[in-house]
Amino acid sequence: MITIKNVNKSFGDHHVLTDVSLEVPKSNVIALIGPSGAGKSTLIRTINALEPVDNGEITVDGISIHDKKTDINVARTNIGFVFQSFNLFPFLTALENVTMAPIKVKGMSKEEAEKRGKELLASLGLADKFDAYPNRLSGGQQQRVAIARALAMDPQVMLFDEPTSALDPEMVTEVLDAIRKLAKDGMTMVVVTHEMGFAKEICDEIVFMAEGKIVERAAPSKFFTNPDTQRAQDFLSKVLNH
Amino acid sequence: MYQYDWSVISRNMDVFIEGALKTLEISAISILLAIPIGILFGLGRISKNKIVFIISSAYIEIMRGVPLLVLLIWIFYVLGQFFSLGSYWGSIAGLSLFAGAFIAEIVRSGIQGVPKGQMEAARSLGMSHTKAMVHIILPQAFRRVLPPLASQFIMLIKDSSLISVIAASELTLAAKNLVATSFRSIEVWTFVALIYFIMTFSLSLIIRYFEKRLLKGEA
Repeated sequence: MITIKNVNKSFGDHHVLTDVSLEVPKSNVIALIGPSGAGKSTLIRTINALEPVDNGEITVDGISIHDKKTDINVARTNIGFVFQSFNLFPFLTALENVTMAPIKVKGMSKEEAEKRGKELLASLGLADKFDAYPNRLSGGQQQRVAIARALAMDPQVMLFDEPTSALDPEMVTEVLDAIRKLAKDGMTMVVVTHEMGFAKEICDEIVFMAEGKIVERAAPSKFFTNPDTQRAQDFLSKVLNH
Repeated sequence: MYQYDWSVISRNMDVFIEGALKTLEISAISILLAIPIGILFGLGRISKNKIVFIISSAYIEIMRGVPLLVLLIWIFYVLGQFFSLGSYWGSIAGLSLFAGAFIAEIVRSGIQGVPKGQMEAARSLGMSHTKAMVHIILPQAFRRVLPPLASQFIMLIKDSSLISVIAASELTLAAKNLVATSFRSIEVWTFVALIYFIMTFSLSLIIRYFEKRLLKGEA
């Protein structure tokens, strides 16, 4: 579903991604983990072209994302993106946030978009929050609205850039539950996360990055108990000792 | 000792009211024209197109660098050679072009003040740059610029007093003429200052009320 081939990216002199290649089969869930500055967020942002690449190729569902001839707006309707800081539209209610894109981008009727939007919000436990503005919602609720907003476009792929990093600890579970449910329903997903327990539980593959490169890839069971590389072992020893 | 005679006010109330209404009328039309001008040049100021950027920047710098009085006289006499501009439309042209430049800067800072994540979220949903601007960025930018925009309107009401020099009929000109015939300068000018104050203060109260209502959805 997602193919990343030999992607390189620099910000000025700083080489952020070096020759990164990765394949994500349909219905697979990949966790991108690693230390800060490893390039995980940059990499996930290149998948829907929020960041351009210097060279290399990325295809999602057969569409070459960074090809100049590709209509990136059309491609993005198939890729849902959930941000660390939610980025809800503050002047719209939860329901309006969810229905905005289906109406304005897909040309859906207001009735249909609202019907679908209400279903999505309800399935995420927000049935009583349709008319709430984001500033009245907790962080966990806002992130669930953000997830509903992304899902409303009916994408084949969902990308999560540290979805729980900005949340109070008590609210992390409700968001992880929502993501877990998507995984069970067979959505193809890439999740940048620091939540190791979560990564281990829902992912088909752990992709460990450091200094702009993919250092190790393994099934969760193997990665967390018996990683191959020294770098991965160092990382885990620091991270799993809280 | 100056002998006060406040009856000049009550005897000429209709003159004052007519002048005040004319002032409001001219100011309102000017601000309504200035807003689209300001949006146009404000967007031009942040455009990636070099020509659009230069034209917009030049316009803004010139309008902000020339005193309004000089601008009004210039537009009336110089432009009046080519178009038949009465003092009414000449004033409106001058006032709206002048205010438009300030509104352009207000619009620009409003747009640039919208967090980057908003554009990213909109684009990630498949919105084109234009759609994102129209549906997500500009609505937020406009809410942000409402206080300074309201101040511009109030400033315009005060600045409109300058159009009296190109003989446009409004409150200040009416006052000048009344002083010329009645010699009651202190009474007339005191009352005129009061009228301007009442207009601008009432407006700022009204605007404050609408700001509260419009911003209820946000923090």
